[in-house]
Amino acid sequence: MLVGTTIYALINTAILALMAIGFNLTFGISGVANFAYGAFYVFAAYGIWGMLNLLHIPYLLAVLIAVLANLILGALIYRFVLLRVRGQALSEVIATFGIGLAILELFSYFGWVGFEYTLPVFMDRSFIIAGTYVDFQRLAILGFSAVLIACLWWFTHHTSIGLAFRGIAQDERTALTFGIDSDRIAMLSVSFGAGIAALAALFIIPLGSIAPGEGYDVLIKALAVCIIGGLGSTGGVIAASFIVGFAERFTDTYIGSHWTMIVSLAAILLVLTIKPSGLFGKQKELEERI
Amino acid sequence: MKKRKERIDRGIKARSSDIFALLSWREMLYLAAPRLLPVIVCLLLPLLLGPYWQKVLLSVAVVALLAISWDILAQTGMVSLGQALFFGVGAYCSGAMNHYWGLSPVLTIPIASLLGGLICTLILLPVLRLRGIYFSMVTLIIPLILVRIVEATKIFGGTEGLSGMTPLPSTWFELYLSMAVLLAVLFGFRRMMDSDYGLVLKGINDNDRSVINAGINIYWFKAQSLFIAGAIGAFCGAFMTHVYMFVGMPVFALDYSILPIAAAVVGGPGTLAGATLGAFILVPMSEALRGFGGLRIVLYGVFLVVFIVALPEGIFHYIQRKYHQIERWVEVDK
Amino acid sequence: MTDAPILSVSELSKNFGGVRALNQVSFDLQPGELLGVIGPNGSGKTTLVNLITRFVKPTSGEVFFKGKKISHLPPYKIVRLGIARTFQMVKPFYQLPAYKNMIIPLYSPRMRQLAGGHYGDRDAMALDLLEEVGFERDAHVAYKTAGALPQGYLKRLELAKALALQPDLFILDELFSGLSLAEVASIVPIIEKIRMAGKTIIMIEHRLKELFRIADRVIVMNYGEKIADGPAEAVMEDEAVKSAYLGTEAG
Repeated sequence: MLVGTTIYALINTAILALMAIGFNLTFGISGVANFAYGAFYVFAAYGIWGMLNLLHIPYLLAVLIAVLANLILGALIYRFVLLRVRGQALSEVIATFGIGLAILELFSYFGWVGFEYTLPVFMDRSFIIAGTYVDFQRLAILGFSAVLIACLWWFTHHTSIGLAFRGIAQDERTALTFGIDSDRIAMLSVSFGAGIAALAALFIIPLGSIAPGEGYDVLIKALAVCIIGGLGSTGGVIAASFIVGFAERFTDTYIGSHWTMIVSLAAILLVLTIKPSGLFGKQKELEERI
Repeated sequence: MKKRKERIDRGIKARSSDIFALLSWREMLYLAAPRLLPVIVCLLLPLLLGPYWQKVLLSVAVVALLAISWDILAQTGMVSLGQALFFGVGAYCSGAMNHYWGLSPVLTIPIASLLGGLICTLILLPVLRLRGIYFSMVTLIIPLILVRIVEATKIFGGTEGLSGMTPLPSTWFELYLSMAVLLAVLFGFRRMMDSDYGLVLKGINDNDRSVINAGINIYWFKAQSLFIAGAIGAFCGAFMTHVYMFVGMPVFALDYSILPIAAAVVGGPGTLAGATLGAFILVPMSEALRGFGGLRIVLYGVFLVVFIVALPEGIFHYIQRKYHQIERWVEVDK
Repeated sequence: MTDAPILSVSELSKNFGGVRALNQVSFDLQPGELLGVIGPNGSGKTTLVNLITRFVKPTSGEVFFKGKKISHLPPYKIVRLGIARTFQMVKPFYQLPAYKNMIIPLYSPRMRQLAGGHYGDRDAMALDLLEEVGFERDAHVAYKTAGALPQGYLKRLELAKALALQPDLFILDELFSGLSLAEVASIVPIIEKIRMAGKTIIMIEHRLKELFRIADRVIVMNYGEKIADGPAEAVMEDEAVKSAYLGTEAG
C-alpha cells in the first residue's frame, strides 16, 4: 500500500511538473503570465485527435504538426496581441485570459466531450513494480518529465538562445544593451511554453479524455504549483510538484479523495501566509529592490 | 499633406468648470446632464420593461456592481480574475444565515455584504504583500477550488445547494433596491476615488514606493480597498440568493468572474461609470444572443482581447471626450 | 560635539545574491549636520539609503534614529518617525497636476500626528510647499501636469514631497543629477534653508563641487565600504579616495 502510493505519488508529481513547467518557463523568461496556457493544452489535444480520427494522418506526423501549430500559435499571439500591451501587467493578464477563454469555450460549444475523445497510449502494456501495477503511459510520463526538465536545464545553460533567455529573465534592459532582442526572446518564450503544453497534452491526455474543462484544470494546477514553488523558478516547480503530488496522493489513499482539493488549497494558503513569494520565489527580492 | 488631430475643450466645458457655471441654465444643464442621465435611466427602466427584461435588468445591476468592484480593485493595482469569489462568498453567507437560522433578508443581505467582504479580505490578505500578477492567479483559482470543496465535503448542501430562501417582498422591491444600490455605489465610490483617499489608492497602483515613502502603510490601504470591493461583490451574491431563493455551486461559476471584467474593460476601466456602462451594453446583448449558447462566452473572450489591445480606454472615455471636446483635423505646417 | 547622535549606523551590510553591496558601514550623525556621501557608481551609496529607510532589508547591522532602533521597522513606520527621503529616479504621477502629487505625502499619518488630527486644506498646503521650493505661484506652474514639467521642477517636486513630511532627517539621493548648473544653483538655497531650520541632511551626490560648498562632513564609499570620513578638504587629500576616483588601483 505504502509503496504503491509512493509510486503513484511520484507519477502524480511528474504529471504536475509537466503541466506547470511550460507556464513557468514563459513567466520566468518574459514575465508574461500566460493564462491561455490551459487553452494551448486543449488545443493541441483536439488538434492531434482531429488529425488522427478525422484526417487519418499518421501518429508521429500528427504530433509533429500539433506541436508546430502550438509553437506558431504562441508566437502569433505574442506578436499580434501581447506585444501591443507589453509591460502592462493588467492588460497582459486580461488579454491572455480572454484568448484562453475564447479557445476553451469554442471547443465546449462544439461539444466534443466523451470517452472517444482521447489520444492513444504509446504502448498498451503494464508492469508490476514492487507489487503495484503501473502502465507504460505513466512510466513514460515519469521519464519524459525528468528528461524535459534536464533538457530545459541544459538548454538554458549551454545554448546561446538559452543564455539569452536567462539574460532577459534577469535584467531586460542590460540584456538589450548586449544586443539581445528582448521582444524576439519573449516571443520564443511564449511559443516554447505553448509547445511544452502540446507535449504535456500528448503524454497526459491518454490517461483520461479531452474536454474543455481539462484546460481550466491544467491552468489551476499549473498556477497552484507555481504559486507554491515560486513563480519563475524551475527548482520551485519541481519542489512544489513533489509537495502537491505526494500530498494529494496520500490524502486520497489515507483520508479520502474528497480532501485532495482541500489539501491543495490549504497548501496554497499556507505557503502564501508564511512565504508569499513561494518556496523558491525571487519575487520578494525584486520587491525589495524597488 | 500631413494632418494631425487637434482636440480642444468645448467653450461650454471651460466655462462650466468654474463658478460661472451658475450663470446660465444651459451651462448648468451641461454639467448636470451626465449625472442625471444614469439616475433617470435607472429609475425609469423598471417601469418601462416587461417582466422578462426586468429580470435582465436585475442581472445588469449585479454585473454592473461586480464590475465596479473589479474596477476599484484594479485602480488600487489588483487585477482580480475571480469576482465569483466575492459573489459566491456573499451568496453562501446570506444563504446559510437564512437557511439555518431563519434570519430575514433585511438582516442577511447587509450582514452578508459586510461578512463576505471581511472573509474575502482575510482569504486574500497574504497575497497583498506581493506585487504583480499573484493576485490575479490566486483570485482565479480560489473560487474554482471552493467549488470542488463544496462538492466534495457536501457542506452547505453540497451539489444540491440550499433552497427555499425567503424571497424579497416583490419584483418592484428587487428592482428598485438593486437600482438604488447601483446608483449609490456608482456615485459614492466615484466620489471616493476622486477624493484624497482615492488618490492614495490610485497612487499605490502607480508608484507604491512613493506612497510608502509618505509613511503610509500600503497593505492597510490595499486591505481597505479589498474590503470595499469584497463587500460590493458579496452584496450582489447575497441579493441574488434571495432573488433566486437558492444558493449552490453555480455561484462560483466563471460567468460571474468574466462578465464583470468584460463589462469593465469594454466600458472603460478607471472610471466606475465605464464599468456600469459596459454592463448596460454587454448583459442585454448577451440576452439577445441567447440563441448562440456557449458562443456568448467566446464572444466575451474576443471582446476582452480586442478592447484591451485596440481600445484600452474603453467606450466611456471615448464618449467623455466627445462630450467635452471638439476634434478637428488641422494641417501640420512644415 | 557632545549631543547624542540623531542617526547612528552600525556595521550595516547587505548581500545581493553572492554580491556584497555594502560591507560593515558605520557612522554617527549629529543633529543639524549636513553629511555628503560620495563615491563612484556602484559603490553602495543608494544601497546605504535603502537600508537606512529599510526599503531593502539589511543582511546584518543596525540603525538607530534618536536612540531608537529602527532597522527592524517597516519603511512606512520609519518615515513616520521623521526620516524622509527622495528618490534618484523621480517617478511622479505624470497625469496629475504637480500640486496633486503632493496630496499623498500630505495624507501621511505623520501629518496627522504632528498637527493633532486637524490640519486644514491639503490643496492649499501643497501650493504653499511648492512655492517654497520654487514653483512660481504667479506663473501657475503648480497647476501644470507633472508630465509637462522639466526635470528641474520634478526634482523640486520630489524635494517638496520630503518637506511635506516635516522630517528631522532628510536623505536626498542624487538630487542634483541631471540638472543644469543654473538649476542646481537655484536648489542649493532651498537646502540651506532647510539646514537653517536645524534639520539634519544626508546628501548622496556626484556633483562634488556643489556638495563640498555646503557639506559639513563627507563620507566616501567604494566597493560597498566606507573608505574615508571627515571634512571635505581632508577627505579629498586621502590617498584611498584619490585612487578610487582616479581609478588607479594600488598594486
